[in-house]
Amino acid sequence: MALLDVDDVVVRFGGVTAVNEASFTADSGLITGLIGPNGAGKTTCFNVITGLQKPTRGKVTYRGRNINHWPVHKRAGHGIGRTFQRLEAFGSLTVRDNVRVAHDIHGGVLSWLRPSAANVDALLDRVGIAEYAGERADSIPTGTARLLELARCLASDPKLLLLDEPSSGLDEAETDAFGELLKDLAGEGCAVLMVEHDMDLVMSVCDEIHVLDFGQIIASGQPAGVRADPRVQRAYLGYSETDGDTAVIEPVTGQVAATGGQHRAEVPS
Amino acid sequence: MGSLFAFTLLGLFTGAAYAIMASGLVLTYTTTRVFNIAHGAFGMVLAYTFWDFTQRQGLPTLLSLLLVLGVVAPAIGWFVQRFVTRGLGEGPVSVALVVTVGLLVGLIGLAQQIWPPEPRVLLPFYPETGWQMGDTYITAHHLITILCSIVVAGGLYVLLNRTRIGTAMRASVDNPELLKLFGGKPDTVAALSWAVGMSLAALGGILLTPVVNLDYYALTLLVINAYAAAMLGRLKSLPLTFAGAMTLGILESWAVAYLPTDGFWSTVRPVIPALFLFAIVVAMPQAQLRIGQVKGIVAAPVPGLGKSVGWGAALLLFALLVINVAAPNQVLLIGTAATYAMVMLSLVLLTGYGGHVSLAQFTFAGVGALAYAKLDEPNLLGLALSALIAAGVGALVALPVLRLTGLYLALSTMAFAVLMDKMIFQAEFAFKFNGTLQTERLSVLGFQIAEDTSYVWFMVLAFVLLALLVLVLRRGALGRLLIAMRDSPSACGTLGLDMRWFRVGLFALSAGIAGLAGGLFAGLRGSVGAADFLYFQSLLVLLLAVVFGVTSVTGALLGGTALMLLPEWQASAPELAGLLFAILGFGAVLLGRDPNGLANHMFKGSRWGWARLAPSFDEKLGALLPRGIRRPRAGLDENDRYDEDKLVPIADPADVETTMVIKGVR
Amino acid sequence: MSVPILEVVDLHAAYGRIEVLRGVDLAVPKGAVMALLGPNGAGKSTLVKVISGQKEQTSGDIHLAGVNVRHRRSDELARVGLCTIPEGRSVFPNLTVQENLTLMSYAGVPTPAILDTAFGYFPRLHERRHQLAGTLSGGEQQMLAMSRALASDPALLLLDELSMGLAPLIVDELYDTVARIAQSGVSILCIEQFARTALRVSDYAAVMSGGRIVASGEPGEILDTMADVILGGAA
Repeated sequence: MALLDVDDVVVRFGGVTAVNEASFTADSGLITGLIGPNGAGKTTCFNVITGLQKPTRGKVTYRGRNINHWPVHKRAGHGIGRTFQRLEAFGSLTVRDNVRVAHDIHGGVLSWLRPSAANVDALLDRVGIAEYAGERADSIPTGTARLLELARCLASDPKLLLLDEPSSGLDEAETDAFGELLKDLAGEGCAVLMVEHDMDLVMSVCDEIHVLDFGQIIASGQPAGVRADPRVQRAYLGYSETDGDTAVIEPVTGQVAATGGQHRAEVPS
Repeated sequence: MGSLFAFTLLGLFTGAAYAIMASGLVLTYTTTRVFNIAHGAFGMVLAYTFWDFTQRQGLPTLLSLLLVLGVVAPAIGWFVQRFVTRGLGEGPVSVALVVTVGLLVGLIGLAQQIWPPEPRVLLPFYPETGWQMGDTYITAHHLITILCSIVVAGGLYVLLNRTRIGTAMRASVDNPELLKLFGGKPDTVAALSWAVGMSLAALGGILLTPVVNLDYYALTLLVINAYAAAMLGRLKSLPLTFAGAMTLGILESWAVAYLPTDGFWSTVRPVIPALFLFAIVVAMPQAQLRIGQVKGIVAAPVPGLGKSVGWGAALLLFALLVINVAAPNQVLLIGTAATYAMVMLSLVLLTGYGGHVSLAQFTFAGVGALAYAKLDEPNLLGLALSALIAAGVGALVALPVLRLTGLYLALSTMAFAVLMDKMIFQAEFAFKFNGTLQTERLSVLGFQIAEDTSYVWFMVLAFVLLALLVLVLRRGALGRLLIAMRDSPSACGTLGLDMRWFRVGLFALSAGIAGLAGGLFAGLRGSVGAADFLYFQSLLVLLLAVVFGVTSVTGALLGGTALMLLPEWQASAPELAGLLFAILGFGAVLLGRDPNGLANHMFKGSRWGWARLAPSFDEKLGALLPRGIRRPRAGLDENDRYDEDKLVPIADPADVETTMVIKGVR
Repeated sequence: MSVPILEVVDLHAAYGRIEVLRGVDLAVPKGAVMALLGPNGAGKSTLVKVISGQKEQTSGDIHLAGVNVRHRRSDELARVGLCTIPEGRSVFPNLTVQENLTLMSYAGVPTPAILDTAFGYFPRLHERRHQLAGTLSGGEQQMLAMSRALASDPALLLLDELSMGLAPLIVDELYDTVARIAQSGVSILCIEQFARTALRVSDYAAVMSGGRIVASGEPGEILDTMADVILGGAA
């Protein structure tokens, strides 16, 4: 059984279905990509997995246990770590202190007595931002802040690492280094699940890819297969007029008539 | 059953007045995200204005009413929105709370200044008219109040659902930025809702005045009733707010009818709103962690340990000097200042570092004092126990709101302060009504510190030790966690921190520090009573702490001294007593946006001065020292470094935007 | 050539110290539809925010129909004919459909006319006029948002990521509406992350990356560039 098993998860905001019956897995030692156009529901999936968003339906299984009712901090305590698309670095602390906070939380009160500086600096070095250690976190560039979130996350020794657009803001060389780091982490047995828009990175590091489009998984598989999948091309580049397989609305002389009951079913009474 | 009917009807009358007031509160809160703690205070000032128009100026009642509700109140509402509360809704909750608490205190001061204390009577409308219904006598005033509430409910419904500007009001609750893209003006909408809200505060105040009398504090406290009612509708739903207000009114009326009129139960009636509030809060569902919150605050620098110890020692020496030259009554005043300063230290921890606001901090000191007096163990153990008891009570206050957010926590503390003030402190088992308890000076290791001078110096020592404790906490893991929680609760959660219990712990620690101060204060005074710990004092503590800087221990020291001086100045110039409150309150309104306060400006000034003097000084020093052991310039340590150049007040919009957007960039 | 409806000159904008727009130059001729494409984080949405007056630029100028609109607030611009449909669902979820439409009259067209236009184009909205907008499906919400563009007869229409999170057929339908609005003479700047649908209705296209315009030209030429930029040469 996979480390993380997202099963038939549905999330609705009012009448909008952000995630629609999505099922996918992520396993130790693998880098799993979760890709798809803007607004496809990727971040919402992350929020469901970390407990920030309650799913309307479906369940999340982690190490064989249903964690639907676990609060956010309990999930984190059991090794689910994440970074944020909209950065959540602690702006008024230094970069080093950001990581120390994670260290302190992870180690519990007793660890506060032991010096943590060496571990923390090693982590900063590992993600490649040691030079920023003394800077305030709200004064560093976006890419650096993303790496900081990663370092902070690693300080709590995660088994499952959820990365939300980790490479945006990084230049080419940094992105390459970042890819190597991900491979190392997976090699150490960490399960990495990554939302990412940089297709070069995704295609080069991921072992498996799930493609999400308007809340549904439309394709899953190895990078080569996913890349060639016409459904993925269509999701990303729009579609050509001949495809009409997912008809929800029929154009009738410029007016719109939706298929009867389907939409009404989404309206909460 | 006739009397049940009668009391229910009376309850509907008060409920109707509460509903009018509460709907104004909900309207301003939902449209601008600023919870106006001064809502009741505005009602109070406007009720006085109405009295002034009718009784002093002799204008006809109807004309006065029209003037107050149609001109004065809306003008004040517009002014306050335009110049005081604009933009507060997007900032941290603590800032909005401090600013509106400042308004509250300022308004009380203003009212005292304009209308000095003297008996004033505001007659009910048509005092002669009334009808006998069975064994119930309904006055015209009752009927008018109930009719008014119906008109208000209908008017608000039409405004919000049938007019474009009303629709825009509701739209700006959802998304003010989008409203602008539609071509609407969220500022106009906000100003209108404040104008309407203010009129409703005035109407509620005027209608209730014949019941609660024209009193600065009673009318101001109506905000708790309004808040309790509004909580039933989660500060959003107007219909539920009306239902809450009516329930509250009826409960109060029944309490008058059926609870015994003496003993413990007689004290329950005034605190029904507070109890009602706690009951609702306990039943509220868990608040969700939000992502994309905006934080990142520039705080006053945290000095290194060596520097702090040095300053602490200097303060102790200075205190020793002053205590020995000061007159005996002034020595006691220094002790009072130390008490206030210690209570403000507890706020530095809670508000300055943690970002939570407590409106009951001096009440916790009262709990400590009560415990100290009751335990009658005037030694360190007894003092520690008093602090622990205060900490326990603090935890109890925070527990019900464990699952909720900052605003609810702060408002619950206010309800708690009123509860203690009106009920517990006056109870038989506590200080008793108008009573005091005798206390003894503290003994340390068997030696009683009996002399005023040595006891006061001991209090200063306690302040210094507590200040060092706070600073050590701030520099350690706990301090980092506090800042981290303030900056991004969601990140803390996803790193595995159970913030609920952490928050309760923080609240308890802070209450414990205040309790310790209270215990020492009790020993200083020799006798303490309920009158020493009025809820209003907690508001002053908060305001002065913020004005002088709630992010630094220096701010606490200065604030404590100022709070001690305040009543002295007021006593020396009674005619200006109200004005001093007004200056303090409105000063806090001006300074409330920068929690670093005056202390931080002082630090900046001294750094600037040091920067001017230091180079030449360092050169001379350098010439004297052998090579290799030259010390780094100005002796600022690692933690100071990043604060140095970027010390900008938080109110600076550019700065706020920086942090805002770093989170916003994708 | 006449004065372009929108002209952006060397526009810079930053969030704090992080510069997001680094000298954007762009012109939309009157009556034309221009597609602005580019990957995530290229600065497209920031550009929309600056043009629509929601965010102040650090330097550079924006001219709407030849008039410099520096320091103009977004509500002023909205009332003089700039219609912006921002990213995400640009409706008020807790208002009914009809109330949403009522608010569109701030742009200067009387409410009855707006209702007529909106319900004429989208009869579904008429069926659901008393329903809260937040309970509509994503496509219906976007129709509601588009009603503002249809009814207010703007001088310039800014569309930000119209297709976000919507099924392809719904997107196609929405772009039919865009084409129809274009035919009525409205100039449109339409921002999309993913390309083909937007290019179908546009006269010109530009590609943005790293805070600058990196390519511009006819839709056909741009599509080839886009595949490279977005799918990283992998497509």
